[in-house]
Amino acid sequence: MGPAQKSAAAALPRAFRGPGDRVFKYAIVGLSSAVVALALVMAVVIYIEARPTFKAFGYLSFLTETTWDPVKAVHGALPFIIGTFVTSFAALALAAIPAIAVAVFTSEYAPKWLAAVINYTVDLLAAIPSVVIGLWAIFNFAPLMRDAVYMPIYLWAEASAPWLAAMLGAPSTFNMTTGTIVLALMIVPYTVALSRDAIGQVPRDQREAMWALGATKWEVIRQAVIPYARTGIAAGVLLSLARALGETMALAMLVGNSNRLPFTLFGPAATMPSLIINEFREAVEPLHYSSIMAVGFYLFIITIGINLVTSFVQRKLYMGRGMV
Amino acid sequence: MKLRTRFLRDRLMLVGIGLLTALVVVPLFIIIFYVVANGFTALDANFFTQELGSPARAMQGKPTGLAASIAGTLLIDLAALAMALPFGIGTGVMMSEYREHPFAPVARLMVSTLNGMPAVLMGLTAYALVVKNTGGFSGMAGSVALAFVMVPIIARTTESVLTVTPWALREAGLSLGLPRWKVTLSLVLPAARTGIITGVLIAFARAAGEAAPLLLTSFGNNFLSFDLTKPMDSLPQRLYSLAISPYKQWHELGWGGAIILLLFVILTFFIGRVAVARLEKRMKG
Repeated sequence: MGPAQKSAAAALPRAFRGPGDRVFKYAIVGLSSAVVALALVMAVVIYIEARPTFKAFGYLSFLTETTWDPVKAVHGALPFIIGTFVTSFAALALAAIPAIAVAVFTSEYAPKWLAAVINYTVDLLAAIPSVVIGLWAIFNFAPLMRDAVYMPIYLWAEASAPWLAAMLGAPSTFNMTTGTIVLALMIVPYTVALSRDAIGQVPRDQREAMWALGATKWEVIRQAVIPYARTGIAAGVLLSLARALGETMALAMLVGNSNRLPFTLFGPAATMPSLIINEFREAVEPLHYSSIMAVGFYLFIITIGINLVTSFVQRKLYMGRGMV
Repeated sequence: MKLRTRFLRDRLMLVGIGLLTALVVVPLFIIIFYVVANGFTALDANFFTQELGSPARAMQGKPTGLAASIAGTLLIDLAALAMALPFGIGTGVMMSEYREHPFAPVARLMVSTLNGMPAVLMGLTAYALVVKNTGGFSGMAGSVALAFVMVPIIARTTESVLTVTPWALREAGLSLGLPRWKVTLSLVLPAARTGIITGVLIAFARAAGEAAPLLLTSFGNNFLSFDLTKPMDSLPQRLYSLAISPYKQWHELGWGGAIILLLFVILTFFIGRVAVARLEKRMKG
């Protein structure tokens, strides 16, 4: 809209301009500054609520303390930080390749109608509330995995590879592996969506040049499409990571909720959001309450960090496009 | 590399990519199938008219249902929407129509930050702001938390819809001598209304499925209540409590509730998709 319109407005005598524009602008600025304030208020409020914990344990020692025992009033966030990072990165590792495969399949191989169906399905997967996915996993997926997968593996390991059995841990119905697999399923749509956009932006010429060299379809994808789209794919993966770190309900229902390190693959664990859900309503001791808020505060910091990196990568992506 | 191996690898990759795609797509149908198959029997007249009551009520076979949760969800979500709407759309207008304003980039950064925030943190904030200051869990606190969830989604979709609205529309309005506010309110927003409504629907559906913020703010209530100042039930939060409860009858109610939630989300999703497709067609043609 810019300068042309501005100078036209300035050319008018003041009396003809009327108060409408000014009032409207104030209203819009007021409404949006409330939204800006909300982000700041969140940080400040959670920090204030968490302060007793920081006073009692210190900022860093709270992060590195491994015990979380509300009865003895000792609180440390390390188990939950480990749980959050392990489940998120493992879910990312599980989800990334299939997600990129979906994006490649729909944009390179599938006929139009099939691509549309798959895209609808994947987007719908992102829209399903995580409690519903959690409900399904509690009653179908988790017991099935325990009986059909974890038990045989554990029994075999116990008999022939005791060192492995210690790492696996006795299989419980709700455990870290189940939580991670379901988490992977839930973050796939985010990687797919951004990878799809990135692959869609690859110019035709790029592909045709590769075809002209006599490449097979896979070679076109591998050497012309994916390298061009890789920044977009990276942004998609980062966005999924942010989703995974903050995913709450599915993990609270499936991860088993054990506050004690060490976590094992088939044993219960806990993450930062799952701790908040599980203990917040029972936190009557002030220190317990403020420690949960402190965990929330660190979750806030981590999410902001990932978001900033993602938007940096995305900006680089758009600037790159401008130059090509 | 021999030509033969190159062709073989090409075929192999197609099969691999196809299989991985199926691996992602199939679970969705499994989930929908299980929810519908398990929950269908729970959906009778009682389900919609009775309140949940104590576990004993279900154990003795007396009629129970999720009327309290369904009513609570509607109330909490509509109140949240009413709070979120002006802020969300106002911020969207700010980011799209006043992009020369020094405040616009700040708003954009904050909206994308809020968009990436886990909803459970919105719950913690609403707890500290509302529950602590009003002296107890309440449906109102839940609405505030959900409004926090909705605002950035509405703002972002409004911005992107307004950005694709043809620039000529604004120029035409301005050239007639209309002031900027009138151009925005009576030309740009009406032209973009399908897209804005879609964005609002998406935000509404997203918030309607959120359990985490409600567990920390509206708490839940086994009995029917229409008082926003008291603890109130909602479907997602009730689903969680039913699923982790030890009672078989409650599990069945949970599946029934999942159908309702799923139905609502899928419906919103398709309405949104159809609207977006139509909008894109109109913008192009």
